[in-house]
Amino acid sequence: MPDQLLFAMEVFLNGLMAGVLYALVALGFVLIFKASGIFNYAQGVMALFAALTLVGIMEGQVPFSHLINAAFGTEIHHFGWHLPAVAAILLTGVVMVALAWAVNRLIFRHLVGQEPIILFMATIGLAYFMEGLGDIMWGADIKKLDVGLPQGINAWIDETTFNAFGYGFFIDNLDIWATVIAAALVIALTIFSQYSKQGRALRAVADDHQAALSVGISLNFIWVLVWSIAGFVALVAGIMWGTKSGVQFSLSLIALKALPVLMLGGFTSIPGAIVGGLIIGVGEKLFEFLVGPLVGGATENWFAYVLALLFLVFRPQGLFGERIIERV
Amino acid sequence: MSLAEQIVTDQPAEGWVTQDGRQIGPVMMEMRNITLRFGGVEAIKDISFDIRQGEIRAIIGPNGAGKSSMLNVISGFYNPQEGEVWFHGQRRPRMRPYEVARQGVARTFQNIALFEGMTVLDNVMTGRLNHMTSGVFRQALWFGRAEREEIENREKVERIIDFLEIQSIRKTPVARLPYGLKKRVELARALAAEPKLLLLDEPMAGMNVEEKEDMSRFILDVNDEFGTTIALIEHDMGVVMDLSDRVVVMDYGRKIGDGTPDEVRSNQDVIDAYLGVAHD
Repeated sequence: MPDQLLFAMEVFLNGLMAGVLYALVALGFVLIFKASGIFNYAQGVMALFAALTLVGIMEGQVPFSHLINAAFGTEIHHFGWHLPAVAAILLTGVVMVALAWAVNRLIFRHLVGQEPIILFMATIGLAYFMEGLGDIMWGADIKKLDVGLPQGINAWIDETTFNAFGYGFFIDNLDIWATVIAAALVIALTIFSQYSKQGRALRAVADDHQAALSVGISLNFIWVLVWSIAGFVALVAGIMWGTKSGVQFSLSLIALKALPVLMLGGFTSIPGAIVGGLIIGVGEKLFEFLVGPLVGGATENWFAYVLALLFLVFRPQGLFGERIIERV
Repeated sequence: MSLAEQIVTDQPAEGWVTQDGRQIGPVMMEMRNITLRFGGVEAIKDISFDIRQGEIRAIIGPNGAGKSSMLNVISGFYNPQEGEVWFHGQRRPRMRPYEVARQGVARTFQNIALFEGMTVLDNVMTGRLNHMTSGVFRQALWFGRAEREEIENREKVERIIDFLEIQSIRKTPVARLPYGLKKRVELARALAAEPKLLLLDEPMAGMNVEEKEDMSRFILDVNDEFGTTIALIEHDMGVVMDLSDRVVVMDYGRKIGDGTPDEVRSNQDVIDAYLGVAHD
């Protein structure tokens, strides 16, 4: 096989892996949008906040330590413990559920029945609030996150492909794990939403609020549930991104990459979020590989958005979104 | 005392047996001096009436009389500014709609509120949600229990689907169904909750004669077989008079008549409201 083709295949595979991470963030958006019609701009910041909290808990960092030290002249920074990753992840999960509850209790319960744009603005406010909160609680420095996921080149794939084609593929172990975990997450979510009582209630609320009330579903409960699940998805995304490139505040910007993913996949479709993520991931890597050299590179920054723009023109509901039909 | 009030107070407290042999029980739900305002508009003005166990109670009146508002008060979608709702001999505190539903009050909507993206079976299954007890974590972790519960409830739902003769569309997404069938699916979902009180908001609106006959038959059968108490709003006078045991008549938010179909038919206020009256 010619080298160029092999190289393109490697790029393709790496694109798939990158796409999984986009899909994870997009998934959080879709869950909340489906159940409550809220486009949650804060989803990316939730991933950041989850990752920050996870590192903080693992390292035994004292939350608000800068604030406390400045106010009382103390010098405390650490509790002096190191928690195992599993315990820290569980605790962070509890924090995300508490956050979901607080967000609903303090913000969205008071905005029931408001225009979508108002709900959207509220989530923008929430995003900046949480970014600030994360900063004050855990500090703004870039943190290393290691929950024990294997990293670095997968030797087996490298060797096998080298023996077969005379060219070793570079696939990161972390990406493989991310793919496996994301797949498991999506399968679990699908089973939950299709076959459980709460899953059915969740779909019911997503479909029609009035009808859901009439069969005895508490909208508040479902919203807290769905924000909790979205928080959990954000935690998983935060772990993956954080392990890959360190927990830093630019993490919240990955939310912006989820936008083209959603435009491709449709805002209301879970499979759409996955496929959209993969297409964007593969698309931008291949485009950079094939066209990038011709135009001087750096196409990864804009490729996704141009693709989304094309979709907006020709297929506004996305690949899997519900078609908007108005009966007259 | 007006004619309407007399009829209510004359009835025996423990109930009675109808001409076709059905037992009408004691009062189940009672509306006391309900007033409902939207801003400056009074949709319901000081209305009182009751619904007895096992009866089919109709609320009729011209367009804009406040019938749907009344149904929304009963089901907790609206909270009246004045008046009290009594259910099973207890004053009902201010409640959210889902809490009312959990007390055993199921309803259908005038403009059909079904879960369009879900299948008929899934829609009807949502009616069982309050009969399924395992919580989120148990559902997520303990599959055996959740599965058993699902199967039990599924059986009940299948019986209702048989009863309403919608077996052939069980797996069809609701969005694809014609109007008449959607109405029937909505009834099935409400029935799946095994309600004590079933509220039907214009169950026959927009139906052709044949569909109306089917729906009338189902309503009578539901009342007969499950003993479900039914309160319904309907425009078709023929249907109302055939179906119901007692009728409340509303006009401009007021109650202008209350009694058996025959009593209501001969009530001068009702005749005026429906046929119009010459103002001179």
